[in-house]
Amino acid sequence: MTKIDAKIPDGNLAEKWTKFKSSVPLVNPSNKRNLEIIVIGSGLAGASAAASLAELGYKVKVFCFQDSPRRAHSIAAQGGINAAKNYQNDGDSVYRLFYDTIKGGDYRSREANVHRLAEVSGSIIDQCVAQGVPFAREYGGLLSNRSFGGTQVQRTFYAAGQTGQQLLLGAYSALQRQVGMGNVKLYTRHEMQDVVIIDGKARGIIARDSVSGALERHFGHAVLLCTGGYGNVFYLSTNAMGSNVTAAWKAHKKGAFFANPCYTQIHPTCIPVSGDHQSKLTLMSESLRNDGRIWVPKKENDTRKANEIPEDERDYYLERRYPAFGNLVPRDIASRAAKERCDAGFGVGSSKMAVYLDYAAAIIRYGQGEANKHNMHSPTDEEIQSMGKAVVKEKYGNLFDMYKQITGEDPYAVPMRIYPAVHYTMGGLWVDYNLMTTVPGLYALGEANFSDHGANRLGASALMQGLADGYFVIPYTIGAYLAAEIRTPSMSTDSEDFVKAEKAVRDRLETLMNIKGSKPVDYFHKRLGKIMWDECGMARSEKGLKASIKEIQALQKEFWSDVKIPGEIDNLNPELEKAGRVADFLELGELMCIDALDRDESCGGHFRLEYQTEDGEALRDDNKYAYVAAWEYEKQSSFKLHKEELKYENIKIAQRSYK
Amino acid sequence: MEGHLNLTLKIWRQKNAQTAGKFETYQVSGISTDMSFLEMIDVLNNRLIEEGDDPVAFDHDCREGICGMCSMYINGRPHGPNRGVTTCQLHMRSFKDGETITVEPWRASAFPVIKDLVVNRSAFDRIIAAGGFISVNTGNAQDANNLPINKDNADDAFAAAACIGCGACVAACKNASAMLFTSAKISQLALLPQGQIEAATRAQAMVAQMDEEGFGACSNTGACEAECPKGISIENIARMNREYFSATFSSK
Repeated sequence: MTKIDAKIPDGNLAEKWTKFKSSVPLVNPSNKRNLEIIVIGSGLAGASAAASLAELGYKVKVFCFQDSPRRAHSIAAQGGINAAKNYQNDGDSVYRLFYDTIKGGDYRSREANVHRLAEVSGSIIDQCVAQGVPFAREYGGLLSNRSFGGTQVQRTFYAAGQTGQQLLLGAYSALQRQVGMGNVKLYTRHEMQDVVIIDGKARGIIARDSVSGALERHFGHAVLLCTGGYGNVFYLSTNAMGSNVTAAWKAHKKGAFFANPCYTQIHPTCIPVSGDHQSKLTLMSESLRNDGRIWVPKKENDTRKANEIPEDERDYYLERRYPAFGNLVPRDIASRAAKERCDAGFGVGSSKMAVYLDYAAAIIRYGQGEANKHNMHSPTDEEIQSMGKAVVKEKYGNLFDMYKQITGEDPYAVPMRIYPAVHYTMGGLWVDYNLMTTVPGLYALGEANFSDHGANRLGASALMQGLADGYFVIPYTIGAYLAAEIRTPSMSTDSEDFVKAEKAVRDRLETLMNIKGSKPVDYFHKRLGKIMWDECGMARSEKGLKASIKEIQALQKEFWSDVKIPGEIDNLNPELEKAGRVADFLELGELMCIDALDRDESCGGHFRLEYQTEDGEALRDDNKYAYVAAWEYEKQSSFKLHKEELKYENIKIAQRSYK
Repeated sequence: MEGHLNLTLKIWRQKNAQTAGKFETYQVSGISTDMSFLEMIDVLNNRLIEEGDDPVAFDHDCREGICGMCSMYINGRPHGPNRGVTTCQLHMRSFKDGETITVEPWRASAFPVIKDLVVNRSAFDRIIAAGGFISVNTGNAQDANNLPINKDNADDAFAAAACIGCGACVAACKNASAMLFTSAKISQLALLPQGQIEAATRAQAMVAQMDEEGFGACSNTGACEAECPKGISIENIARMNREYFSATFSSK
């Protein structure tokens, strides 16, 4: 049985990473040329890792299922990236970013990892600027910052509402530079189907070329999974349509433990569902909570239009419940508060499952600010409105445009309607301090691992973690493993292990094609999503979870006997690709419910109805549950729990309060 | 308000790059005006699957207008009738009941069809690999605020960097030119002090790769700018030409 050892370096928290870096074994340049690394996924973590490792001299192969590495879903991150630069002189520091992240994560993350993340955060901004990432700037030419939820300093760097796009294109440029130099070989429209393990170590992968349908064997001295999160288990989420858990799940079934699968982030500000046809949900950046005010009518079932409801009949419920942080409380808290108001009958819009995000006050505030700047002493209301709208447009224009495209309503004139939606998964493959899973040579980076966000991720920290892992952590930590692999020659992919792994993949694909049932893949995916959203979403209960596990098991059987996949196995076949992913989601969904059932407490994104305070806040149980739940796959529907105890030596564990 | 549409779809079907394609006609009914165009295709596809037919292959991923993967040529225009949106953000409220909608793949020899509406745009990746970067290895950077950048230049660089690499500019151009795409990256980096050092070699290398991929020349019709879902300005092409010619004249 695999034992979990987080391999956290000794020493004071603030010195661990420095000491690690100066003592980790190095691989000399001529040996690096003989070491091959496979990177799955080309988002922030994958692209930054692949580029940085290739720059160091390793031979790198990158795989992505999209037609270009630039499409990875990091591209859609909107609001920003945190860094403890303290450019605003407002009291920020590495320690404060570390502290905010641990607290924001509801005391369920590893101190050493989070401190390292905070330490390297500043270098990320430096690196991105050097690459030509066009961050927002002030008139003096210096970088601009804004606030995000769960913090009281301005440490978020941004590029309008397209920060993820600009950071990813920076990493993509660095990656393509290495592709051009021949240091990285790129495999687009390729999907990893399984990891190949030889003598207990990850030694390669089986991939499917989506265009030809051909299965390919690839050797690597190490395999890095940078494959993002599994939010699409809910069917509707802010993830891209292709975002999936397959690579991580295959790794799990080959021995990599899956940690905290029930920790999912429901983002408070998304555009509400409009009907059964809905295929995905669109996020409205958390940065909008900087300036927007969230409210519902004070009267139940109020059918008036937003603009007809007078100020004193509006309930700014976040400001009321959480005066210290107001509209900038962390995501889990804001989401639950919205659900609470809607469930109580105060929701707005035709579905009544929405709350208002209102910019009227911000437009006036900004308009007056502009009037002062331009020495206008008695501006008209119209002038204030028009100048205020111009400022809002500069800060959030693309988000407002997107809202208008999707809903057909003008958010400059009427408040936006928003509702929580699945956005991010804090859980993921268990990794040690080196980002290695429980399978030697198999790593997980970025959202695919579980490591830094505990039970709830703070806004603008996903981009930070993805790039930290890829640019500044893995280039060092991988040396600890590869230094001992310099005598391992490149292996032939004709070996029995590779042949067997490929055959298992082919058998599974053929089985799927041969079911020839009656229902399309989406039918099963939607049903799974509904179970997960109802019972393993914003509120969970023992009864609901137990019933869900049974329902999901029944759905798995139904899927494997009645799914209908058209087309051919040896041609571009998006339905076959989807079927493989949904089959894995069906197994993961079961584990998520098992994990949620095991955790008899509420923390961060995991809210168990049985465990709440009198005023409806999450009630943690630190005596029993201050651990990482790392699940080992035994066989179908059978998982064994391993616990990694979380020790807080530098932060006093406390009831999280944003009041 | 939500309404429902009955539509006739003429969709390009092509089994693979080696086979000739043709239009097939499909009727869809009860399409909600709140649906996105791709959700309408989802509805058609699930029906085709249930009827035992091969669904329409099309590229899509983020469905929020930023990944650049969706690529349909709708009623003679890349990403359909609305300005400034991608196909995934085109909603059915932009169409009328009873309308016939024609859907084709991007047409360009540098973007060969893979299947139905899916084309191969890897030429764009190779153009970026030729020079669309600043040569800075991880770890070499100075403190970010040691390099103040004029806000106007930073804003212009951002506007150029907003390109999503979808290829609508190529599809819109009668010459299938990739000048707007290529110039957006050249401009972004030329506008920033970090990008100045390699400006000349970058312009030459990227233009050379663009030509090698088989994209056409620019004849200034402006169709690319008009159809670009991100409003990338044609001024970038002028800037690219300046960069390119000054690089050519000063080359050793």
